[in-house]
Amino acid sequence: MRGLSRAARAVAGAATIALVATACGGGSGDSGGSSPSAAGKTGGAITYGSCKPQNNLIPANSNEVCGGRVIDALFTGLVDYNSDDASPQNAVAESIESTDNKLWTIKLKTGWTFHDGTPVDAASFVDAWNYSAYGPNAMQNSYFFGPIDGFTDVQGEDKNKDEKIEASEAPIKEMKGLKVVDDSTFEVTLSTPSSVFPVMVGYTAFSPLPKSFFDDPKAFGDKPVGNGAFKLDSGDGDTGYTLSAYKDYKGAKPKIDKLTFKTYQTPEAEYADLLADNLDFIDQVPPSALAGDQYKQDLGDRQIDKAVGVIQTATVPIYDSKYKSPDLAKAISLAINREQIVKQIYNNGRQPATGWVSPVVNGYKAGACGEFCTFDAAKAKEFLQKAGGFTGTMTYGYNADGPGNKEAAEAICGSISNALGVKCQAKAYVDFNTLRTDVDERKMTGLFRTGWVMDYPSIENFLVPLYSTGASSNDNDQSIPQFDALVKEAAAADTTEAANAKYEEAEKLLATTMAVIPLWYSNQQSGWSSKVSNVKVNPFGNLDLESVTVK
Amino acid sequence: MGRYALRRLLQMIPVLLGSTFLIYVMVWALPGDPFAGRCGQRPCTDAYIAAQTAKFNLDDPLIVRYFKYLGNLLQGDLGQTFAGQNVSDLVARAYPTTLKLALVALTIEAVVGLGAGVLAGLRRGGYFDNFVLVSTLFVISLPVFVIGFMLQYGLGIRWGVFPVTVSAGAPFADLILPGLVLGSLSLAYVARLMRSSLAENIRADYIRTAIAKGLPRRRVVGVHAVRNSLIPVITFIGADFGTLMGGAIITEGIFNINGVGGLVYRSIRLREGATVIAVVTLLVLVFLLMNLIVDLLYAVLDPRIRYE
Repeated sequence: MRGLSRAARAVAGAATIALVATACGGGSGDSGGSSPSAAGKTGGAITYGSCKPQNNLIPANSNEVCGGRVIDALFTGLVDYNSDDASPQNAVAESIESTDNKLWTIKLKTGWTFHDGTPVDAASFVDAWNYSAYGPNAMQNSYFFGPIDGFTDVQGEDKNKDEKIEASEAPIKEMKGLKVVDDSTFEVTLSTPSSVFPVMVGYTAFSPLPKSFFDDPKAFGDKPVGNGAFKLDSGDGDTGYTLSAYKDYKGAKPKIDKLTFKTYQTPEAEYADLLADNLDFIDQVPPSALAGDQYKQDLGDRQIDKAVGVIQTATVPIYDSKYKSPDLAKAISLAINREQIVKQIYNNGRQPATGWVSPVVNGYKAGACGEFCTFDAAKAKEFLQKAGGFTGTMTYGYNADGPGNKEAAEAICGSISNALGVKCQAKAYVDFNTLRTDVDERKMTGLFRTGWVMDYPSIENFLVPLYSTGASSNDNDQSIPQFDALVKEAAAADTTEAANAKYEEAEKLLATTMAVIPLWYSNQQSGWSSKVSNVKVNPFGNLDLESVTVK
Repeated sequence: MGRYALRRLLQMIPVLLGSTFLIYVMVWALPGDPFAGRCGQRPCTDAYIAAQTAKFNLDDPLIVRYFKYLGNLLQGDLGQTFAGQNVSDLVARAYPTTLKLALVALTIEAVVGLGAGVLAGLRRGGYFDNFVLVSTLFVISLPVFVIGFMLQYGLGIRWGVFPVTVSAGAPFADLILPGLVLGSLSLAYVARLMRSSLAENIRADYIRTAIAKGLPRRRVVGVHAVRNSLIPVITFIGADFGTLMGGAIITEGIFNINGVGGLVYRSIRLREGATVIAVVTLLVLVFLLMNLIVDLLYAVLDPRIRYE
């Protein structure tokens, strides 16, 4: 959920809930920052700056950061991610094992309970996953269950030829790939092998749900009962949520005992409260405070600039005959002076990309893009000639509702036209939605702004949903058969290392077409109040609730 | 007057119907598929789209959909968001806050604005008059967000006189600073309108008559001059109240107020048609009622105006 919308946000760069820094920000620290002061006491309350969730707090129906971070605190899945390096570690799961990457046997730890006291057992997961995947329930994150065998059966029937489905009908309600063995064991059969399955299940959409959910999902969405480190006491999306530590939590217990997510209408108001010490943590300082590194002066050492799992790219509409040639795409990529744009537009708050995978995930290797991601005007012209030149005006489409998008788009276009001698124009779309409409309908007649925020920390998540043939977010329909073959091999690999090696090989293939041009990796600038210590920001850009203490 | 009011109330029905229709058409004519950006940079599943399409009757022609909506509206059902929240809940949470903020702003602008306007109008050309003219010009020339950020930083963060942001439930004490910011521009207009209106009326024949009759100055100014001069000011304040009820996106944003402005803004961005239509329809209603009240007040203020 949160991952999803992170995807949305990365691209939207929405002003109100910006996850991604939009203007500048100094340094490029990437360590999990912690405040230098001594370890704080146990107990105490903190207030976490948040925003209004777009959906009810049902794990499979919330796909943006605002709801995602509340759900994260309320639910614990089979695995969770290390707050330093994002590696998965078992949480509710005792073990997740498979011999063929297709049939996974999941054993649960005993003694875990939901906040209402009912046990977390195999059925809590299986029932939740079946509900979330069932088409007529219209859960926004249902496609996360796509790899499970039987997913297509529960989507509803394809009645008309023109892709319209009747909502209310899907006679099969349960995926045949899910099987409860006993109270603490269940089996998952995937339709194709996937070595990243144990990483994927840490995503919040895979959270278990208690029996009470199925009685009244709507009421549950207003006051969810989870199995996480915190339980919900009161609150709503308009003002915020008050949580307290769950006494019977079986995972690593947090040191604070009260946590309030306060809803803010704008990041500016949030920042004003942080300065007045009314608020303890904000994910991202507003653009106004980033200008000239103002936040560093305001906050001193109570801030951190940290790499998060987000990449920005420019997609080439290879379905348009003018943009078909890979040599043209290479010329464009060579013509973009990433170093300079990152410095001038983002004040070094981002890092020039050298590949398609974010540096925060396991499996990242710098330089997958090779020579094509380094600015070289002469070579760019060479490739332009090879491609037979370009006539007319090149455009770069961006959504104008994200702050800083316009400046970046104009800088990219400026760099292209300077290096190639081709006219380039930044083309504004009113908002993210309008841009995505044209992208989804394959109506783009120029380059366009794209981005990706990881759902779960794996190299696979930066490649397969975006670049394999026919994938859900393959925005320009590129197809590299060898890439498809490699990611398939990777999915069937025995070890993570072997899988990552295959994925890295596949990533390098993207340089043969350059149909998606890597631009930069995002950093996030967070700040905290003088009342808290041991602040750590995890690779998802959220405050690590386990380690934070109150002074 | 009763018949007049009734006629006006009846006239509201076609206006309301027409405006809801226009709003409805315009909201659904916004560019962009409501599902295009909903699931981030990947399309929503077909099952999700199918379920939502059925729920919002998106397959019906616009006119049919409108009448279905209207039918629900008449039964008091404002509809639901795509996520299944009741629009009436959202509106019920945002409107009281906006109403409170509007009342605070309106009180500040009426009390301070009228006071300054009356004093300046009575002593035209004097020191206070010049002060009012210059200071209101200054306020009018400043954008609201500048005033907002300045006051928030100075009075809130630096000196801690007022709360920096409004806490949950929006108590009146928290709303004074935002109310002042929100009302500042109108305050300046009210002061200037009152000043010029009073300055003009104070030289009218009926005032000279009143003075000649030997009425005390307090009664001449209070009853004859000020009351008559209020008409343009009341018109302005009435319209301003309607505007305030439409929410104040900037002020709400600065002081973190969960009001109607932010609700509409977010709903437009998320293509939550049902919410936008509900709020805007309510707003039309508020405007119509305010207009009626202002018109009726004319007769109270100026005995020369009568409604048959």
